[in-house]
Amino acid sequence: MTEPDKRELLRFITCGSVDDGKSTLIGRLLHDTGMIPDDQLVALAADSRRLGTQGGDLDLALLVDGLAAEREQGITIDVAYRFFHTAARSFIVADCPGHEHYTRNMITGASSADLAVLIVDARGGLTAQTRRHAVLCNLVGVRAMVLAVNKMDLVGHSPAVFDAIVADFTSFAARIGVTLVGAVPMSGLKGDNVCAPSPNMAWYDGPTLLTLLETADVRADLAAAPLRLPVQWVNRPNPDFRGYAGTIAAGTVRPGDAVRLLPSGRISQVARIVTMDGDLDRAVAGQSITLCLADEIDCSRGDVIAAADAPPQSANQFEATIVWLDEAPMKVGRGYWLKLATQMVSATVQQPKYVLNVESLDHLAARTLDLNAIGVAELATDRPLVFEPYADSRVLGGFVLIDKLSNHTVAAGMLNFGLRRAQNIHWQALEVTREARAAQKQQRAAVLWFTGLSGSGKSTIANLVEKRLLALGQHSFLLDGDNLRHGLNRDLGFTEADRIENIRRVGEVAKLMTDAGLVVITALISPFMADRDTVRAMLPAGEFIEVHIDTPLAEAERRDVKGLYAKARAGQIANFTGIDSPYEAPVAPEIRIDTMRETPEAAAERIVAYLNGPHRDTFQLLE
Amino acid sequence: MREVVAEAQRPVFLYSVGKDSAVMLHLALKAFYPAPPPFPFLHIASGWDFADLLAHRDKMVARHGLDLIVASASDADQARVTPFTAGADVYAETLLTGPLKAALTAHGFDAAFGGGRRDEEKSRAKERIMSFRSTSHHWDPKNQRPELWDLYNLRLSPGESIRVFPLSNWTEADIWAYIAQEMIDIVPLYLAAPRPTVERGGQIIVLDDDRMALAPGEAATLRSVRFRTLGCWPLTGAVESTAADLPSVIAEMQASTTSERHGRMIDVGAAASMEQKKQAGYF
Repeated sequence: MTEPDKRELLRFITCGSVDDGKSTLIGRLLHDTGMIPDDQLVALAADSRRLGTQGGDLDLALLVDGLAAEREQGITIDVAYRFFHTAARSFIVADCPGHEHYTRNMITGASSADLAVLIVDARGGLTAQTRRHAVLCNLVGVRAMVLAVNKMDLVGHSPAVFDAIVADFTSFAARIGVTLVGAVPMSGLKGDNVCAPSPNMAWYDGPTLLTLLETADVRADLAAAPLRLPVQWVNRPNPDFRGYAGTIAAGTVRPGDAVRLLPSGRISQVARIVTMDGDLDRAVAGQSITLCLADEIDCSRGDVIAAADAPPQSANQFEATIVWLDEAPMKVGRGYWLKLATQMVSATVQQPKYVLNVESLDHLAARTLDLNAIGVAELATDRPLVFEPYADSRVLGGFVLIDKLSNHTVAAGMLNFGLRRAQNIHWQALEVTREARAAQKQQRAAVLWFTGLSGSGKSTIANLVEKRLLALGQHSFLLDGDNLRHGLNRDLGFTEADRIENIRRVGEVAKLMTDAGLVVITALISPFMADRDTVRAMLPAGEFIEVHIDTPLAEAERRDVKGLYAKARAGQIANFTGIDSPYEAPVAPEIRIDTMRETPEAAAERIVAYLNGPHRDTFQLLE
Repeated sequence: MREVVAEAQRPVFLYSVGKDSAVMLHLALKAFYPAPPPFPFLHIASGWDFADLLAHRDKMVARHGLDLIVASASDADQARVTPFTAGADVYAETLLTGPLKAALTAHGFDAAFGGGRRDEEKSRAKERIMSFRSTSHHWDPKNQRPELWDLYNLRLSPGESIRVFPLSNWTEADIWAYIAQEMIDIVPLYLAAPRPTVERGGQIIVLDDDRMALAPGEAATLRSVRFRTLGCWPLTGAVESTAADLPSVIAEMQASTTSERHGRMIDVGAAASMEQKKQAGYF
């Protein structure tokens, strides 16, 4: 018997609609290749009698449907990975869900697959789901597809039915640009044409499904491409050793090779390829290695070590294709974490240029992306990303977006290209620095960002703080949310998107003022944590001081200084924070003011003391 | 593993000392070489561990200079719950899952490496490589993060943690092939030797010490046996075998027609029991 690790590995996914017989087909593959141990067969026979849908016969789908909840519902709800092998190849099957709401799991399964098996019920022909799955697979770079026309036993093994489905799919495949590796008429339930040719379909002289999987040629030669090594971890056990660890995404590396470090652009040479079993004289794509360089140069997690003569690009604005995976729709302009290879940056997405209708392939206009939507949009990052178009590199072109509040993975994306304008606008270096401006005023710039419900006391306390700073001879400026809405932000309403833009503008103005050396005080409800964190990320560490004016909703509503709560309760104001729009309280604000226990004067005193306190290092109070 | 070390605040290696743990330890030594693995090793000792397994654990800790933490249930619980008096579920919850959760919380670990493999058990087939647990260490199989490409989202809210399964895509055959290829040191119980045994409930139990009272009609018999998987000794069935070295173990495994966890009595019960234990916090 061949050693399992010596066989070539093929990763494929199976996709189909609910009830196309996907689980049964995988069960059939496992069973007929002899992967099911006797004790599991015994358990299966018992389960089949209790839960099976095949009368007293073995229900092979039960081998695959692992989770209790889905057993009860009778559908697959998550990605399951199965393993089997033949003499020719080892296989990892990602069993992808057919249920409409679980597209994100299919994308997950497809992202690491070499080939897709699309299962179609012969009775129903191609469905919207089949087309959606084909488009999704193609989108994440699975170009090789096998069409499995299942349940042929239920259409009398008719060649006409089979030919019609294949013709239908072939024209669709041509439009989206995928390669149809083969089409097989089969029955997962009965085993026809799965692992053995079917006596019921003598008219079909092509290979069985298993033969197709054993022979499909899907591998690209990554070892021949220019070197790409995203640095995952810097190994520094002692001052004498500094190694850069990571998995080679593409190319081959040897000691002595000239390499370029990105984004710095510095050039060095590979000194050693270190492993526990001794140094290597070469390493290729797919290997996890630790490199030592000839020069002591700065290189950290997120950097990319690349072939010196063929480095990848870097940019901070892109066009990307995005698949939205979260229940909550995308927030245009909201800051999300973007993770690409080992790089993590903050990114904002523009309104989509279009979303793709996966059946008609039409481009439709859209204001945002909802769950399962596939769209093309421009995005901007706060720092340059080292990248390659996804078509050239899954590793340096594929990314996920992470919600900053819930930490959920909300989207998967593929970079199409970097935008020229980002490459051509350079920062003008300013000769009088922000530090010089602040020093002239004998202070350190900062933003005191007040957040809290309407009527919580933000403006009252902010005014007291400003008076106190004036008395101390400090230079400050108060940006009041209501006042700004009369001018700079008068075009904005109170929808979530407008609120995000409101905060972004105030954040930018505050940042300009700190560049001028001022202490900026902002008084805005600023209900969303992600937006406050976006402003925090715009400023140097320690300059953003979040002040939570914490007043319970009942108390703010009782005070109702401006009569707004009454109006909101009466339905005259929509999207009112605390009533029909959420307020996300800061988790760890620098300062929290409990207005039920502290007077505005005491609160202002405490804020000023924090601003000028010893932990804000260099600043000394004026004499 | 390096990805977790780069992004987590306080990772820990759940060291069961079994064959999967041995492979994972070997991978950790390689991944961080020449640095030692930059995290502690946590062993949950039930009090019913094989003596050979504890000896092997201490040998590995000494050889590689590992930072070992041993966690166990309280003495009172250990006296109250034994493999002979408690059902499998109560036993696992009290002596294994409980101390594990307590240790993870007490040390503030936010990422834990485990040796789980997708081929072991049906519910594990759906496990992610990075598996998220709530603040109470519960697993919600319907609400796991998508894992695209090799990109892992490791961001956590305070109190949440992740279980990391680097061996997710390995099969039992891969584990043995790798142990043979890399000449990894494993607990001798995986190799056949004559051992005192008793047959009970269709399983062969090796009498590791004198705490198991024999029922009338039962007698200790010397058999040549080995283990495919190691749990607590009174709850782990051995297989009759003469395979005393790695090549013969591998040959036997390839000819075998029963699955690996067949000898784990902890799995017996409702078909979905592993999934329920996982939701409660079992690895």
